[in-house]
Amino acid sequence: MRRVRMLGPVGFVVMALVVAACGGDTTDTTTADGAGCGVDELDLVQPGVLTVATGEPAFPPWVIDDDPTNQEGFEAAVAYAVATQLGFTPEQVTWVRTGFDEAVAPGPKDFDFNLQQYSITDERDEVVDFSVPYYVTDQALVAFADSPVAEASTVADLKGFTLGAQIGTTSLDYIEEVIAPDTPPPAYDTNSDAKSALDAGQVDALVFDLPTAYFITAVEMPDTTIVGVLEASEAQADRFGLLFADGSPLVACVNGALEALEADGTLDALAEQWLASEGEIKTITR
Amino acid sequence: MISNRPTGLLPSWRRNARKEGARVVLISTLSTIVFAGVAIWGVLSSETWPRVREQFFSARHFQEVWPAVLSGFWLDVRMFVVAEALILAAALIVAAARSLRGPVFFPIRALAVVYVDLVRGIPLLLMILVLGFGIPALDIPGVPRSALFWGVTALVISYTAYTAEIYRAGIESVHESQRMSAQSLGLTQVQALRHVLIPQAVRNVVPALLSSFVSLQKDVALVFVLGVREGVREAQIYNARTFNYTGYIAATVLFLLVSIPVARFTDWYGQRVRRRRQAMSS
Repeated sequence: MRRVRMLGPVGFVVMALVVAACGGDTTDTTTADGAGCGVDELDLVQPGVLTVATGEPAFPPWVIDDDPTNQEGFEAAVAYAVATQLGFTPEQVTWVRTGFDEAVAPGPKDFDFNLQQYSITDERDEVVDFSVPYYVTDQALVAFADSPVAEASTVADLKGFTLGAQIGTTSLDYIEEVIAPDTPPPAYDTNSDAKSALDAGQVDALVFDLPTAYFITAVEMPDTTIVGVLEASEAQADRFGLLFADGSPLVACVNGALEALEADGTLDALAEQWLASEGEIKTITR
Repeated sequence: MISNRPTGLLPSWRRNARKEGARVVLISTLSTIVFAGVAIWGVLSSETWPRVREQFFSARHFQEVWPAVLSGFWLDVRMFVVAEALILAAALIVAAARSLRGPVFFPIRALAVVYVDLVRGIPLLLMILVLGFGIPALDIPGVPRSALFWGVTALVISYTAYTAEIYRAGIESVHESQRMSAQSLGLTQVQALRHVLIPQAVRNVVPALLSSFVSLQKDVALVFVLGVREGVREAQIYNARTFNYTGYIAATVLFLLVSIPVARFTDWYGQRVRRRRQAMSS
C-alpha cells in the first residue's frame, strides 16, 4: 500500500523538459528564431483571439458541466492560465469543439491548441505537435467492489479477466502491452460507453487515468472502487500535452507559458484544486 | 419489338451492334482515361497531398495494421453469415404473415405491420446500443451478457424488418391469378404461399436481397460501438494510437473484396432473369 502522490511526476517531467529545452531559463518567452510572443505577434487562427478546442462533450474533472468558459475543471483552468500567461484576457479566449478524429485529420485546423487528455507519444508527434506536458498521471484499475478482480495485487493476477478501456488512451495500451490479458480488451468510444459495459457485466474491470478513476468511483459509479494504481515504468507514464497543428508557430510561446506556470506552482495548484484526492490505494505491481 | 426479332445465328441487328459496340468501348475508354487523369492530377497537385498520402496510404502503417484488421474482419464475416441466415428465415415468416388474407388472420397481420413499422423507424446504431448495453444491465438470470450476441441480435431484428418488405414486394408482384388458381385447386392460404407464391416471389426479388446482403455486410461493423473488436474497430484503435488512417484503407479494401463480387453477381443475375423472361414472352 502507498499513499498516492499524484503531482510528483508533473514537476519532474516538466522541469526535465524545461532544462533540456531552454537551458533552465523559464522566463524566456521568445521563440528560437526571435519572433515575439506578444498577443499581437502570435500567428493565431483568429487574430487577437486565442481559439482553444476541447472534446464534445468534455468530461469532468477536466471540464465541469461541459462548459469550459466557466473556467472550472482542470483543463479549462489550465487553458485560461496559459491564455493569461500569454497576455490574453479571459474574454479573448474562444472555444471550439472537435471530435478526436477531426483534431488530428490532415488539413487546416480551426483551433490554436486542443486539449482533451491527449497523451504525448512519438507516433502521434509525427502528425501533430505537442506542448510540454501539463499533467502526468498513473493508470488505475476500476471494478465493482464485490468483484473478484478487486482482489488482484499483481499484473499477473489480471490476465484471466476481461479488461476494457477507452479507444486511443494510454489505458488501452497499458492493458494490451503490459497486462496482455487472455481476452483482447474491448475498446470503447468514450468512457461513458466503457462504464455501460462494466454495468452490463461485459467487462470485469476498466482502466482509466487516475483522476478520471477518482471521479468515476466517487461520483458517477459509487458502487465501484479503484482496485489499485497500475505500476508503470517512467517511459510508460501518461503525459498529457496540448495538441497543435504540425509545425504550429505557437508551440514555443505556449511552452514558455506552461514552463512559467509550472515554475510558479500554478499547474500544481490547479491540479490540487481539481484533481487531487486523498486515500490509501494499493499499487498493482508488475 | 423484341418478339419480332429474327431468329438466325447472327442476326443483322447484332452485327450492327458489334460495330457500334467497338465505337462505344473506344469512346468510353478515352473518356475514362481523361476523367481519371484530371482527377488524379487534381489530387496529386494538391499542396497537402504528401501529408495526406502519409496519413492515409502509408505502406509501413498498412503492414503494421493489416493483421489486426484482417482478424477483426474475419469476425465481421462470421457475424454476417450468422445474421444473414437468421434474417432470411425470420423475414420470410414476417412477410408471409403480412400476406395472409381474411379477417381471421387480422391479429397476425397487425403484429407484422407493427413490427415492420416500429423497427424500421429505429436507427440501427441506437438499436445496437440499447440492446447491447441495456438488456445485459437488467441482470436477468439466464439472459446472455455478451456484446457480440446482442449486437448480432440487433442487426437481425432491424434487417428482418427491411428484408420482410423486400419479400412482401416480391409476393405482391406475383399476379393475383396465381393465388386464385392455387386456391381453386384446393390449396389453403398457407399452402398457396408456400408452394406457389413464395417460390415465384423470391425469384423476383433476388437482386434486391443481394443488395441488402451488401448493406448488411458493411453494417455488421457497427457492433464496434459495444467495444467489439471487429475490423473497423481495429482500424480505429490503430488510428487513435498513431493518428494514422491507413487502417481504414485496409478495412475498406477487405470490405470491397467482398462487396464488389456480390454487386457483379447481382447485376449478372438480374440480367439473366430478365433474359429468361424475355425468352419466355417471345
